[in-house]
Amino acid sequence: MKRIILIVTLLVTTVTFAQNKNAKASLEVNGVCLMCKERIEKAAIRTKGVKSAIWNLDTHELKLIYDERKTDLTKIQKKIIAVGHDTKEMKATDEAYASVHACCKYRDEDIQKDHKMGKSN
Amino acid sequence: MKNLILFLWLPLITYSQNSIEGVITEVNSDNKSVPVVSANIYWLNTTVGTVTDKDGRFSIAYKPSYSKLIISYVGYKTDTLTIDNPKFIKHTLTPSDELDTVMIVNRKKATSKSYLKATNTFTVSSDELLKAACCNLSESFETNPSIDVNFADAVSGTKQIKMLGLTSPYILISTENIPSIRGASQAYGLSFIPGTWVESIQITKGAGSVVNGYESMAGQINAELQKPSKDYKLFVNAYVANSERLELNTHFNTQVSDKWHTGLYLHGDLLNEKHDRNNDNFLDMPLFKQINVMNRWQYTNAEKGIVSFINARYLLDEKQSGEVNFNPDTDQLTTNAWGSEINTERFEISGKLGYVNPELPWQSLGVQVAFSNHQQDSYFGLRRYDIQQNSLYSNLIYNSIISDSRHKIKTGVSFTYDSYDELVESTNFERIENSVGAFFEYNYDDLEHLNLTAGVRADQHNRLGFFITPRLHLRYTPWEKSALRASVGRGIRSANIFAENQNLFATSRNIIIENANGKIYGLDPEISWNFGVSYLQGFNLFNRKADVTLDFYRTDFQNQVVIDWENPQEISFYNLKGESYANSFQIEFNYNVFEGADLRMAYKNYDVKTQYNSGKKVRPLTPEHRVFVNIEYKTKPKENGARWKFDTTFNWLSEQRYPDTSMSPAQFLQPELSPTIGTLNAQITKVFSSKFEVYLGGENISNVRQPNPIIGANDPFGSNFDSTFVYGPIFGSMYYAGLRFKIK
Repeated sequence: MKRIILIVTLLVTTVTFAQNKNAKASLEVNGVCLMCKERIEKAAIRTKGVKSAIWNLDTHELKLIYDERKTDLTKIQKKIIAVGHDTKEMKATDEAYASVHACCKYRDEDIQKDHKMGKSN
Repeated sequence: MKNLILFLWLPLITYSQNSIEGVITEVNSDNKSVPVVSANIYWLNTTVGTVTDKDGRFSIAYKPSYSKLIISYVGYKTDTLTIDNPKFIKHTLTPSDELDTVMIVNRKKATSKSYLKATNTFTVSSDELLKAACCNLSESFETNPSIDVNFADAVSGTKQIKMLGLTSPYILISTENIPSIRGASQAYGLSFIPGTWVESIQITKGAGSVVNGYESMAGQINAELQKPSKDYKLFVNAYVANSERLELNTHFNTQVSDKWHTGLYLHGDLLNEKHDRNNDNFLDMPLFKQINVMNRWQYTNAEKGIVSFINARYLLDEKQSGEVNFNPDTDQLTTNAWGSEINTERFEISGKLGYVNPELPWQSLGVQVAFSNHQQDSYFGLRRYDIQQNSLYSNLIYNSIISDSRHKIKTGVSFTYDSYDELVESTNFERIENSVGAFFEYNYDDLEHLNLTAGVRADQHNRLGFFITPRLHLRYTPWEKSALRASVGRGIRSANIFAENQNLFATSRNIIIENANGKIYGLDPEISWNFGVSYLQGFNLFNRKADVTLDFYRTDFQNQVVIDWENPQEISFYNLKGESYANSFQIEFNYNVFEGADLRMAYKNYDVKTQYNSGKKVRPLTPEHRVFVNIEYKTKPKENGARWKFDTTFNWLSEQRYPDTSMSPAQFLQPELSPTIGTLNAQITKVFSSKFEVYLGGENISNVRQPNPIIGANDPFGSNFDSTFVYGPIFGSMYYAGLRFKIK
């Protein structure tokens, strides 16, 4: 009997683990400025199940904490590409990319350069 | 049983076989390779992660399906390594663009208004505080249009602040979010916080947050003190004025271990020269000396998410004022000469402990505990006033979110205890106040247009009874660069009638308390509702940044302890019978005229009226109009930080109503209104390098003076002596110079 309880307990723990309420993940999301940061974070946080989303301008890393029972990384990435930002795995459609502000056209090398220059000034 | 042990062991063994180890380093300024502690290591798109230990080493689980290993650390470029087979990793991080931080310092405004917060809060940085080199918290508001700084009386030299037309007892003043200037320290407390100790000040107009208690009515002022880990290793500020006021501030900060920092802050202030420029035989400003010592300890453990501060402070403050020939040793409490001494000694110890869950950054817990002992022994002519207060404040705050980080909550409990022991002439007043309360505050931020904070607290107080304090703040952004705000909230407090109105002792007025069988000096608690709206709009004017703020606030008293000066022989305290309100309207305009030059202009209108026994009247000595202009110019800093800074402030106040003197004999009669008054301050700072700067300034350069600030100065023991009819400067112009020396 004891052993069964133990196994059950272990199983339950594993199940809970697999369905982590506060799962952590990082995505690489492309963007160039603080306006992008706002747009990316908003898109992520507005995905049901995402609890916290913080994007780093320098590293392009989007740190996520989300409820695995309600969402997954694919769903979150879909939301992000829908507002026009590419992730490492998924590309935004041209329509979505066209919707970002002119200064945020991160695919454009000139704009990337502009933002880099702004930083070193 | 054996099976069980084996079963438990197995996963561990499997784990250790399938892991990768490595070390993360950086190249320091001496070009040596040193380990990076607490760098984040994780597999891309997984939840598998770890941090490096104190030797920069790490070990992370490995599966053949993982291929991208990410290494990140604040201030460094994040690197992604491709891992084909599990071997030992040696990796060096490169710092990210270091110029970033410098840029932020450059662009930082001395006073910043938030476009995002729900509350109408602006932050005054230490840069702004340097604009008025002198000297303590009360004087640091002179470059700020939202706060009025006036003299409380012609004897003590104390400056009094007002916000939304109400005096400082109606403002919750805290240091590091612990209510500090209240009760016994209300009258002189602002001068007990040296300006250099202050890192920044947050000023919130209107009902504040429920987290810090129920006492705020007109607003909150919070002073953040210097942090030992961020402040200069050595900071020295020396100041001398032509009044022969001397001041010295020194800070020593040092790191004790990798987690502990400590700072020792010393302040000395001295004025030993008697001045009587207006020849009324009374000192224009008191002789004083102050010694103020604070020791702070800061504990930071980023891995575990723990931050803690422990403070201990000692203050000794002595003031002597009155007639020029007054000698305290022989004339104290006699009619030989009129004189006053105010001696204050204060001990304070406080601690804060904050824990942020490193796994869930939105979850945090904070505890604040503060104890203080305040002892003031004083006399004013023949009148004695002593007060001792022991105060304990404790607050526990838990922060978290509901569903996601757009919905934040703060909740907690607090306990306060105050014991007061007062001697007023020959009458003793003793009382104990304690309260226990709980609060809940919800914040919603849709990240775009709306941000709202709704809070409520419930408190049980031994004298105020049980009461609920609701407060609501709302910010709405209808279009770009704008913020429309509204707030409403209730406040309640017990009025310390003597401690808050100590200027009454420097008069010959009889003290009358109309006993209403209330629980505080026979009076009832003060209760008010504050409503406010404000509108902030940023725009570009000739391609330079500008913003304009309009705000209107109304504080409506349900009950107030009315301070009635309307009979020249008396001062009366009674419960409000009728209406009392303070309306405040302000328009402020900020403009960056050209590179380095900033202009701030403000106009303020007060309508502050109270029902007195003699009728509804404008609150005395409250000007209806105020005009404020501040101009600042800074040259571009050279590489070593060298630059010039110029700053000038002009202030104009309209007529102020004097309390009624119609019953006084003809020679003591005062007009109904004071004259208008305009003052000009200016300061020049020469920064030689980031280590050394000197400053030179003048207060009240146009040398405006109130000619006869003391009524009945030639007969101070007579029945018409009064030093509270002060509308403007007494001393006239004052010049000062000083230096600052700092080592990072």
